[in-house]
Amino acid sequence: MSISADSDRQPPRGWYKRNEIAITPWLFLAPGALFFVVYVIAPIWQSFGMSLYDWNGLGDIDTNGTYVGLENYNKLFGLNGERADRNFQISLWNNLRWLVLYLLAVPLGLFIALFLNQNVRGIRLYKSLFFFPFVISQVVVGLVFSWFYLPNNGLFTIMTGWFGFEISGGVLGNPNTATYGIIAAGLWPQTAYCMILYLTGLNAVDPEQVEAARLDGAKGRKMLWHVILPQLKPATFIAFVVTIIGALRSFDLVSIMTGGGPFGSTRVLSFYVFEKSLSERGLQYGYAAAVAVVLFLIMLVFISYFLWTMYQDEKEAR
Amino acid sequence: MRSILKTSFAAFVAAGIAASAMPANAQSLSGDLVIFSDMSNPAPRAVMEGMVARFAEMHPDLNVELTVIDREAYKTQIRNFLTANAPDVANWYAANRMLPYVEAGLFEDVSDIWEGSMSEELASTKGALTVGDAQYGVPYTYYQWGVYYRKDIFDQFGLTEPATWEEELANCQTLIDNGIKCYTIGTKFLWTAGGWFDYLNMRTNGYDFHARLTNGEESWTSDEVRATFANWRTLIDMGAFIDDHQNYSWQEALPFMVNGEAASYLMGNFAVAPLREAGLTDDQLDFYQFVEITPGIPKGEDAPTDTFHIPSAAQNKDAAREFLRFVVSAENQTLINNGANLGQLPVNALSSVDDDKFLQQGFQMLSSGAPGGIAQFFDRDAPAEMAAAGMEGFQEFMVFPDNLDDILERLEATRQDVY
Repeated sequence: MSISADSDRQPPRGWYKRNEIAITPWLFLAPGALFFVVYVIAPIWQSFGMSLYDWNGLGDIDTNGTYVGLENYNKLFGLNGERADRNFQISLWNNLRWLVLYLLAVPLGLFIALFLNQNVRGIRLYKSLFFFPFVISQVVVGLVFSWFYLPNNGLFTIMTGWFGFEISGGVLGNPNTATYGIIAAGLWPQTAYCMILYLTGLNAVDPEQVEAARLDGAKGRKMLWHVILPQLKPATFIAFVVTIIGALRSFDLVSIMTGGGPFGSTRVLSFYVFEKSLSERGLQYGYAAAVAVVLFLIMLVFISYFLWTMYQDEKEAR
Repeated sequence: MRSILKTSFAAFVAAGIAASAMPANAQSLSGDLVIFSDMSNPAPRAVMEGMVARFAEMHPDLNVELTVIDREAYKTQIRNFLTANAPDVANWYAANRMLPYVEAGLFEDVSDIWEGSMSEELASTKGALTVGDAQYGVPYTYYQWGVYYRKDIFDQFGLTEPATWEEELANCQTLIDNGIKCYTIGTKFLWTAGGWFDYLNMRTNGYDFHARLTNGEESWTSDEVRATFANWRTLIDMGAFIDDHQNYSWQEALPFMVNGEAASYLMGNFAVAPLREAGLTDDQLDFYQFVEITPGIPKGEDAPTDTFHIPSAAQNKDAAREFLRFVVSAENQTLINNGANLGQLPVNALSSVDDDKFLQQGFQMLSSGAPGGIAQFFDRDAPAEMAAAGMEGFQEFMVFPDNLDDILERLEATRQDVY
């Protein structure tokens, strides 16, 4: 062993030691990044690849699938002499409805949060009761609401009966109302989610600013709009993000409450992907992958905007 | 019970000797036999477990593992486990439903099981399990479809079992005039409407036309198809079907019949068990074959066949083959399809049909009352994409009959895409 001979000389610092500051963050990131690449990035590329094939999802894509180029997209959008896929259009429109109406959860959540943000006896209990729908599974929410909507003996039908109007076929059986019925069910837990975000946000509101505003004579709506809301901006941002993403990937409720029916009128893109690939009569993996790619691109618009905003925010904070 | 078991066991041994060309000696099976089954409803589940127990008893060295998967979930899981984690035996359905799996090479060619006497014993279902020249599975049960009706309600209004379309319509009119719907149906999961289409089309245009249509050889916008829908429309316009049926599953539609709000149900024989459980006696419940519409056309019938297959990736194919032979053997068929078990029809010609009145009628109907031919069912005869679009169209038609032109054009476009 030559340790004793070298021990009086300063050993050259190892490569890692020299680059420690630069490398360590990456090392910490590595496990997460690895999973992200394997389970998120790679499947995205795989979907892109798959969407160029006519493949029924059985066996190997190279042997059992045929490369068809952009044929699947032509079918979706009705390009190149194909008939546009009506079901795809229905899904797109429904996704739009979801996107717009689901956002109601944000103001509703804010309203309930403001209402609950007070110190009375047992407020914690009330808060948790309002939060409850978010904790229970979407499947349960869907089931409860579908019973609620049942024609003849559903509570909702009985209630609308008091006002003398009736929805033919029941809320979920009527193609004109079914999607709205599902969105209303979705709003219930989503409102609770936004409420929690705002409640935590309200905790962080600076009491001194509120005090100062009060001294200046601000109250009611003015106080809310000019003093409270600006301080809730981070909560609002997150509430928008989760609600928009939630609206785009709405699937469980559609699947539980109507299964896409009546006659496919409540389909959304994510459900259509499922229908065309994994469902009982799916067997069109390539086509489903093309729908998934379209959904991904739509989401990408929002996600990049969110990331961009957050990035700007970070830069300012620095 | 005991004596039945004993005799059937003895008969099985006899059959075993008769078919002693079998390659695998029944006693020498060993290792694991993994079975995935979709027989998750209470009665079928008990049947499956009983079958496995009896098979395991015959082969003490064999370790049989049975996994029962929810019937609906099974339909989506099968493609995964056939490739990734294949069992030795798996349930599925005959005809077009198994075709994609056969074409992808996921189901084993089991023609050897069908060789010799077995082909004669199972002749009625052989076609449904044949692709090209080979067989890719064995049937274990099938059942008739037809009109189950409340005999007491019919008696109350002096109605008798109809045989022609006119009689059917007249009966229905009487019922409606008395505030009772003619038919209950739940179309939430679409396929129930497929049954109505099958029958109306087979009766209006005949079995051969129906087979060509589901096979993609006839146009959906043809006059024949329109005639079928016109007949259907007659019923819809009369108000023959229960309201809001698009909200109900087939089970949720049962209470209408049990409560006497609807008088009959076009269904498979599996509806009898829940109807009896709900309190209807055999005096109240009866069955008739779907009526003749176009005079002189040989009647065709729906009789869906459920099956067992061996995945190509199975580990213990010898034991799996033995299990398939055991399933289709005449005694096992007699036992598992009797009224106390599945309550359906045995696939083996040598087995006996239970004394149950519905099974007897169904057996009579299928063996002598269906000269036109026997179809599987709309979603098993038509390819998946066509079936999905078709049944969705049927449901829409039943709610908005005025959309017919639009629906038929969509179906025609799908047909040109699919085939």
